[in-house]
Amino acid sequence: MKPRARRFAWIAAGLAALGIAAALVLNAFQSNLVFFFTPSQVAAKEAPQGRAFRIGGMVETGSLVREPNTLTVRFRVTDTAQTIPVTYTGLLPDLFKEGKGVVAQGSVGPDGVFHATEVLAKHDENYMPPEAKAAIDTAQKGMSMKSLQAPRTGAR
Amino acid sequence: MIPELGHFALILALLVALAQGTLPLIGAAVGTPRLMAIARPAARAQALLVAFAFGCLAWSFISNDFSVQNVAANSNSELPLQYRVAATWGSHEGSLLLWTLMLGGWSFAVTLFSRNLPQQMVARVLSVMGLISVGFLLFLLLTSNPFDRLMPPAAEGRDLNPLLQDPGMVFHPPLLYMGYVGFSVAFSFALAALLGGRLDATWARWSRPWTTIAWSFLTIGIALGSGWAYYTLGWGGWWFWDPVENASFMPWLVGTALIHSLAVTEKRGAFKSWTVLLAIVAFSLSLLGTFLVRSGVLTSVHAFATDPARGVFILVFLAIVVGGSLALFAWRASSVGLGGAFGVVSRESMLLANNILLIVAMASVLLGTLYPLFLDALNLGKISVGPPYFDAVFFPLMAPAAFLMGVGPVARWNQAPLPEIWTRLRWALGVAAVTALILPFVLGRWSPLIAFGLFLALWIFTSTAAGLRARLINSRRGNLFAALGANSPSYYGMLLAHIGVGVFVVGVTLVKGYEVERDVRLDVGGSAAVGDYEFKFLGVKPGPGPNYRALTGTVEVRKDGQLVQTLQPEKRIYNASGQAMTIAAIDTRVHGDIYVSLGEPVAAGEDVTGPWSVRIYLKPFIDWIWMGAFLMALGGFIAVSDRRYRLAVTRKATVPAGGAGMPAGAD
Repeated sequence: MKPRARRFAWIAAGLAALGIAAALVLNAFQSNLVFFFTPSQVAAKEAPQGRAFRIGGMVETGSLVREPNTLTVRFRVTDTAQTIPVTYTGLLPDLFKEGKGVVAQGSVGPDGVFHATEVLAKHDENYMPPEAKAAIDTAQKGMSMKSLQAPRTGAR
Repeated sequence: MIPELGHFALILALLVALAQGTLPLIGAAVGTPRLMAIARPAARAQALLVAFAFGCLAWSFISNDFSVQNVAANSNSELPLQYRVAATWGSHEGSLLLWTLMLGGWSFAVTLFSRNLPQQMVARVLSVMGLISVGFLLFLLLTSNPFDRLMPPAAEGRDLNPLLQDPGMVFHPPLLYMGYVGFSVAFSFALAALLGGRLDATWARWSRPWTTIAWSFLTIGIALGSGWAYYTLGWGGWWFWDPVENASFMPWLVGTALIHSLAVTEKRGAFKSWTVLLAIVAFSLSLLGTFLVRSGVLTSVHAFATDPARGVFILVFLAIVVGGSLALFAWRASSVGLGGAFGVVSRESMLLANNILLIVAMASVLLGTLYPLFLDALNLGKISVGPPYFDAVFFPLMAPAAFLMGVGPVARWNQAPLPEIWTRLRWALGVAAVTALILPFVLGRWSPLIAFGLFLALWIFTSTAAGLRARLINSRRGNLFAALGANSPSYYGMLLAHIGVGVFVVGVTLVKGYEVERDVRLDVGGSAAVGDYEFKFLGVKPGPGPNYRALTGTVEVRKDGQLVQTLQPEKRIYNASGQAMTIAAIDTRVHGDIYVSLGEPVAAGEDVTGPWSVRIYLKPFIDWIWMGAFLMALGGFIAVSDRRYRLAVTRKATVPAGGAGMPAGAD
């Protein structure tokens, strides 16, 4: 090969490698996006079946139940319009409390229960995780459209 | 009174910075030495004024002046002294003031160590730094004044976020900012070169030490942040691909590319435009990182909109700095030139390949970090991009880069014959491959990923050793010490930094491969077996702390019936905020950590003296991750101690013409 042809071959190989890298990156990106749904959307069956997603809202007061002798907990997540039962096995974060905001990642089983693989509460005490707040705000907006006297009980 | 003095000093600093940012620049353009001479005294005065303002803010924190809003929101009279000092940079306003202080400090350092530089260069560099400072001071004064008073004064402060009440958090932000802001020097040098149209090996030699020091500080800063996450968040993880972490990691990746590209520009006069572009990108990402973390945009894109003044200022400032410098680059890059040519297989081409891999890695991190923010800002839905994406993309990109790290230092500049590289490295390759195949059996479990990770790490060690050996033989000195002394500190710095990467890879591979994570429920007196260890839980006792109440658990760790260690993990509830914090108890050894943290009481009624949920983790070789990072930074500091950076650069710089065949030019 002439030097020029050889240089061209190297550049072509380089570009091909870059192209493959870009394709791999975008593919990994596509398959690892985690979408967020509010309890109302989950109740309306808008969430995907069998794929992991996130839900957010408030932990309903009085809903936290521990199964004896295991680390499994059950609680309900509410956006004040709809509630979704959640089950999780493991340690809950320090900031997890009834009546406070929470975001959980997992999927809905055939029983309609959200099986969380991860419970997130990385925010500080003063404000909600943004997703949880958005879920409650959206639900509140939906309800106040139905009735002007909608109760504004959402914690914020 | 003292807060007002600080406020006044900031206003004065802004005026001085305006003078520093404009007059010397004009002087350099029209060739007026008197205007250029303003740069040094102005930069020093500005630095001292900002330092004074910072001192005033620190004093307000130390003396518990709760009439200052910033103090009332981020401190408390019960807060121990060292955290009151750290609280100075714990808030948005305070951290921006710290940023500006660092910028002043770096400018001051440039005025001290620039005696050998041409006056025009000094004037331009300090002017650009002055203009950056103008941006930050305006931002502080217009939207984020740290000295705002509270009327009426608060009786008590709201306390510093307990997560930040930690020794790691005292040092992490200043070191990280040292790194971020340090890239402003490389940036200013790049802009000065573009303005002057002169970019040669001498320019690269001036820029290199500044860039390397900044990079070393950034490395330590990131490592401290990672270590802090490991022991305070209570999950035992050391990297979460959280946007906050990514924000500091992206400038690091580009900074790593930059120090290698600068080496080529200094030694070979090649990569000129590329180096300038990297300097611009590294600093732009530092700015982006600061603002991502500090503007609240990550908490919620919409929180950004609730304070439009800040948001708009940030976007405009970023647009001016990034857009302006890229426009200058587009306009002037042709005057700088591309630099020398080089062969397809040469040290230059390998460094270029490494640069491209680092940049692609940075771009993929940027995509994963910003895309969710864009979607959210445009109200197209909320998504998150989790660690699986970053893992899937990052490790395949970094593996070839790690492999090239072994080949590059032994390859010749300009044209590197492949047979020669093979002769030099075949033993290194063989030893690394065979050891990596066998070692996982010894460690307990063989998997292709563990073997591959170990191979990369061992390859870095063995190829580094092979390169050093070739150098010592080539130096033809009689005894070993003379031969060792014939190499420059910057060469040894490079070796050490590369070994640091290898140590880091060992840590990552073995933690990912062999870690054991168990969440268990333990009765008082009950025990759990995890790995080779037996953990006996002796219950939890309440006790007081300086500004919190503590629940301290006791866990005895036994191996083969022998007591190894008694661990005391804690749960703290802070008095001022009522916030709970988990303090893990960690037994650290060279071959790994035993990590125990308390979950919550699981008995009915949350009786703290009853059974608890407990996290028990075994993290083999995890400390090698941070040790690797410290070795990298140490390598950087050693490289900078090289005498040639301190020599007077009066002679006209020439690209070494005859050195093409010399393999002994790795530094």
